[in-house]
Amino acid sequence: MKKFLSLAMAAMMAVSMTACGSSSAPKDASSDAADKTSTEASSDATFKIGGIGPITGGAAVYGLGVMNGAQLAVDEINAAGGINGYQVEFNFQDDEHDAEKSVNAYNALKDWGMQALMGTVTSTPCIAVADKTAADNMFQITPSGSAVPCIANDNAFRVCFSDPDQGAASAKYIGENKLATKVAVIYDSSDVYSSGIYEKFASEAANQGIEIVAAEAFTADSKTDFSVQLQKAKSAGAEMVFLPIYYTEASLILAQAATLDFAPTFFGCDGLDGILNVEKFDTSLAEGVMLLTPFAADSQDELTQKFVSAYKTAYNETPNQFAADAYDAIYAIKAAMEDGAVTPDMSVSDICDAMKASMVKISVDGLTGLGMTWNESGEPSKQPKAVKIVNGAYTAM
Amino acid sequence: MDNKKMKKTTKSSIITYAMVIAVYIIVEIMLKTGSMSSLMQGLLVPICVYIILAVSLNLTVGILGELSLGHAGFMCVGAFSGAFFTKVMAEIIPNVGVRLFFAILVGAAVAGLFGIIIGIPVLRLKGDYLAIVTLAFGEIIKNIVNVLYVGKDSVGLHLSTKDAVALKLAEGGEVIINGAQGITGTPHASTFTLGIILILVTLFIIMNLVNSRTGRAIMAIRDNLIAAESVGINITQYKLLAFAISAALAGVAGVLYAHNLSTLTALPKNFGYNMSIMILVFVVLGGIGNIKGSIISAVILTLLPELLRGLNNYRMLIYAIVLIAMMIFNSSPKAIELRMRLVEKFCIRKKKGAA
Repeated sequence: MKKFLSLAMAAMMAVSMTACGSSSAPKDASSDAADKTSTEASSDATFKIGGIGPITGGAAVYGLGVMNGAQLAVDEINAAGGINGYQVEFNFQDDEHDAEKSVNAYNALKDWGMQALMGTVTSTPCIAVADKTAADNMFQITPSGSAVPCIANDNAFRVCFSDPDQGAASAKYIGENKLATKVAVIYDSSDVYSSGIYEKFASEAANQGIEIVAAEAFTADSKTDFSVQLQKAKSAGAEMVFLPIYYTEASLILAQAATLDFAPTFFGCDGLDGILNVEKFDTSLAEGVMLLTPFAADSQDELTQKFVSAYKTAYNETPNQFAADAYDAIYAIKAAMEDGAVTPDMSVSDICDAMKASMVKISVDGLTGLGMTWNESGEPSKQPKAVKIVNGAYTAM
Repeated sequence: MDNKKMKKTTKSSIITYAMVIAVYIIVEIMLKTGSMSSLMQGLLVPICVYIILAVSLNLTVGILGELSLGHAGFMCVGAFSGAFFTKVMAEIIPNVGVRLFFAILVGAAVAGLFGIIIGIPVLRLKGDYLAIVTLAFGEIIKNIVNVLYVGKDSVGLHLSTKDAVALKLAEGGEVIINGAQGITGTPHASTFTLGIILILVTLFIIMNLVNSRTGRAIMAIRDNLIAAESVGINITQYKLLAFAISAALAGVAGVLYAHNLSTLTALPKNFGYNMSIMILVFVVLGGIGNIKGSIISAVILTLLPELLRGLNNYRMLIYAIVLIAMMIFNSSPKAIELRMRLVEKFCIRKKKGAA
């Protein structure tokens, strides 16, 4: 009986696999047909842009921000007549912040007919996907994959600063503005983003006359109690605590520092963006926290104002920096597509080649910087901005 | 006549091999005719990885009867040692295929060694202690890998647990394991064919072990420890043997995993406690001690979340519900009864139809 059952299940499995295969076959056929018709009647054709990021699990905040920000940009572009006269379709897939799932998401998007990728949101999955896009010669721009190898291939670009750049920029900013000389660092050694920034910060700090009095690490498994790290920073006489971490942990650190009567200046990077929206967090604790971020939701320029109000109406939330990065990424894609005179009936590889050549020529006035340009390596060039939290709001410094 | 003479166990093994080979042939045909979506193509190697993991864990849980919650830890050891080997040996052995072959051996050996190290003190204990210690082991491994910095330059290998700067690499040196950032740039060498070969090797090792004198001794220990001890079976030795083989095979799966993605990091998501539980779920759903069941459940549970992508936000919720439903269907006494009745009815009707 058991044998019969297992055989039946094996058969079912085989059938289901063929079913998956066959279900995709007509899809391919139909997309082929669509391609054919598109060459005849180009008005029906659309650009298919894919997005990948975590919308479930621990890093969901970033993925959701990117998804919403990009969707907003796509809607705006479509309302304004699309790219090169073609409408844009956007499809965002979940990767749970896992490299393997991210590759699955990428393959799913390929089946859907993606022509350019806006993703992935987090660094580790981004490196895995970048490998696949290079093999397929698919254009890729990551809004927030900040690790260096994310854009190692020439088909990949990014909107945010790389980790080492952020570390160096932070150290320079602190040094040049003479914010502090004795700095303690609390960082997440199990996180690529955090340790990447820390390493560069440490090497740059020496040039800026900053003394790192304590460098305390924590890991993803021990990110609830920071009293030991804070106590060490306090006894080392730190004037400033540098937090190259994400805001969830930072909110705990701020709360725990308050109970220890430890009140240095806290300085963070773009990961700290969003700290004011943490639930049950007393925002008065974040008073005076400085962070280096390319985007502040209360900036007075017209572009930001328009984006923030549109985002608030659509999603009932204040956008974070990730949403802004994604918004800029979509506009960068648009600019590159227009510059390269790309049409949807071109092959993925041709589109990529055209956009690659255009990316280094274009200049985008985005939310995260005016006149952003890209170089051959895929790094953006824009000014870092620092904001300070005053009266419970981000204020440009 | 021959068929009747054939032992029941041999027949069962052949069915299992045939099942794997049949699926392989079907998939290859689909690949050749181009009727498989890229999503499915991308999933082929991960499925092989999970099948090997599930089958190897079944050796510990089903055949040896000990609960291991650190299987992902052994996978992690295998993945990192294998990927490390391929990176270090890049110049000495330029052929990727040959390097991967040795990497698999290295991964298996290192993971097996860790299995022995963990097993020696712990397998002497009775009850749930192994579960707790393997759980701790998995977490320890993950954390050790996260602070490990290994670099290579003209002088040789450098090791540090502080940061990449502390390696003091000479000019032209390369950081191979970069702490939390893991290993990047492992060659893409895992293929579906290789995965299937490794599954067949795994099945061959485990099914022959189970049907051998050693296997009977291991199962005797599972069924009644005191009785086994009283007939002179060396309990610790046999337990250790089964546990080490299980760990080594998990290491093989790890090497396969590492060479499928260009980035390898030890995150809670891929090598943590959750992954160990996931593998245990494969085993439990497939039936403890049932090798074929493990294979099938590993395939279904790996495919399911991906095939549910169309449901967007409800994906993980539906996945959980389907998992519960499948567990009930597979294991609840009432469901089994119902299933039996259905099958009986079906069989009787078929017989009547034949008559």
